[in-house]
Amino acid sequence: MAVDQALGRITLEHLLLVREIEEFLYHEADLLDDRQFEAWLDLLTDDVRYWMPMRRNVKFDDQESENTRELQDMNWFDEGKETLTQRVRQILTGVHWAEEPLSRVSHMVSNVRLLQATPEEVQVKCRFLIYRNRQQDETDFFVGKREDTLRKVDGEWKIARRKVILDQNVLLAKNLTVFF
Amino acid sequence: MAQNHRAVSRLQPWVDVENGLVSRDIFVDKSIYQQEQEQVFARVWLFIGHESQVPNPGDYFTSFMGEESVILTRDAQHQLHVFLNTCTHRGMKVCRYDEGNTTVFTCPYHGWSFACDGQLVGVPHDRAAYRGQLDRSQWGLVEVAQMATYKGTVWATWDADAPPLMTYLGDMRRYLDVLLDARDGSKGGSEILGGIQKWYMPSNWKFAAENFAGDGYHNISHRSVDLVGIGPSGRGRRDWERDDTLALNISIPEGGHSAMGFLQKEDYPFVPTYQNSPIVEEYARYCYEERQKRLGNDARMIGRVGTTFPNMSFLSRQPRSIAVWQPRGVLKTEAWRWYLVDKNAPEEVKDTLRHYYMRYSGPGGLTEQDDMENWNYASEASRGVIARRYPYNYQMGMGFEGRRDDWPGQISEGISEQNQRGFYKRWAELMAGTSWEALTAKAAKKGHNHGR
Repeated sequence: MAVDQALGRITLEHLLLVREIEEFLYHEADLLDDRQFEAWLDLLTDDVRYWMPMRRNVKFDDQESENTRELQDMNWFDEGKETLTQRVRQILTGVHWAEEPLSRVSHMVSNVRLLQATPEEVQVKCRFLIYRNRQQDETDFFVGKREDTLRKVDGEWKIARRKVILDQNVLLAKNLTVFF
Repeated sequence: MAQNHRAVSRLQPWVDVENGLVSRDIFVDKSIYQQEQEQVFARVWLFIGHESQVPNPGDYFTSFMGEESVILTRDAQHQLHVFLNTCTHRGMKVCRYDEGNTTVFTCPYHGWSFACDGQLVGVPHDRAAYRGQLDRSQWGLVEVAQMATYKGTVWATWDADAPPLMTYLGDMRRYLDVLLDARDGSKGGSEILGGIQKWYMPSNWKFAAENFAGDGYHNISHRSVDLVGIGPSGRGRRDWERDDTLALNISIPEGGHSAMGFLQKEDYPFVPTYQNSPIVEEYARYCYEERQKRLGNDARMIGRVGTTFPNMSFLSRQPRSIAVWQPRGVLKTEAWRWYLVDKNAPEEVKDTLRHYYMRYSGPGGLTEQDDMENWNYASEASRGVIARRYPYNYQMGMGFEGRRDDWPGQISEGISEQNQRGFYKRWAELMAGTSWEALTAKAAKKGHNHGR
């Protein structure tokens, strides 16, 4: 079911699916913000792709080269479950100083739209606003777009692919210890 | 209990190498930061980029020299140039793109345009506005005083009196070779992976520069990564070849440069690396054997880290990269990171390295995230008037410096802060306004006293 031009002829079935997917994304945000990192890992398929390019300042007619390329260039993230699991395990050591003591993080997810949907797989686009505060006054905002592919595994939605487009050139934060 | 003998009132001079003390003022004081821009960054050779970023005529890459935005270009004659990125008419940046290809840089303000060799080639309404009085040859882009390359790396300085790059680097070249030569020991042959990481750090730039200069003491910083095991063989931070090797801290006093390395024993057997990927492991073994053949005794040097004074740091082995710490205010640094691979390496090797680099380095890297936390709050906790009464301790390994016959520089074995002392000694000499002539004479005298 292609739903990207669905405005004006939205069906009840579509609305229910959007709500279901929104509910999944909000649940995911809660797990991260409640520091349930291992439970969050369980939301990812074993073959998940997690990609966040860096973004260049380029000429108008050169926009296709604005983002660094997945699987080819250096990126902020371009990894699978193994590395994401290492990131979680690192936080759980209690001696990962960049997250010890833990930061206070809130994930806001909005503008949720289904781009493609079949009973087994959906492609969903959204905006994110992630607020991080740590120690006394250290504060960061990460704002951008996300494109996720969710897949049904044993009757549950799982994240099979996540593309994170952060709206920054020079990274304004000193590190990327948050999950997007 | 306060130890009053350390509570000197504002250490003067800032850097007391004889006693291994450095004032906190130089990390937190705004006026010292301003002097630094003039005395250090406007004088020394600075790293700009890599030739492989601008292979064709018209290619450009915008970089920084300290706080100054500059453009690296390759002109129609294939010649490299480094220009100040500012219109000579009213100052607007003539290039606001990170990289690309062009025939001219046209200023968006009034439209003056400049060719890739810096010449002013276009002036709107030239005849009507300037009545034929504008001498275009005098108003080209401002070019650096000197530009030079070394094995693909591009460097420049604003000081016409600075010694040539090869003299400035001096014996440091031997240690840069460990970074820039191909893993099989053949000369040059490295290229940059696409995508330069750029991020801000809330700390003084010298924290990063001195850490890379030779801090072999901060293992606890990375305890979490050692526990998790992110190295290319699934263990620790990187492949371990240290058993039976000698840790060397190398200071090049003539230039204030530093490096660290491990020296393998003669006839040391091959230690498998990159064991998580058979193809890369095989490539590493091939490179090891070729390196032994090409370099002989010199192949025993395994590179670690280093800082070419003042702010070009590197990891010469794992993960192989160049870092530049651009000052952005006394408590702010813009870090840039270039990642290197052998140009001729198989694609699978490049890809495995790319993943490892991202996993280890920069703001997303599991290892370096913790470095930045330390530099951040070391800066923060050094700002107060009370904190500033207490200089940092750089006394580790004082009096145990020596020389070797096989590798140049002043060398300390094991863990030492010799390199940091060398870094701050050169910093202090430049801050005092010491001329290049005097610095060179001093270096010659020192070389004589401590000759082999």
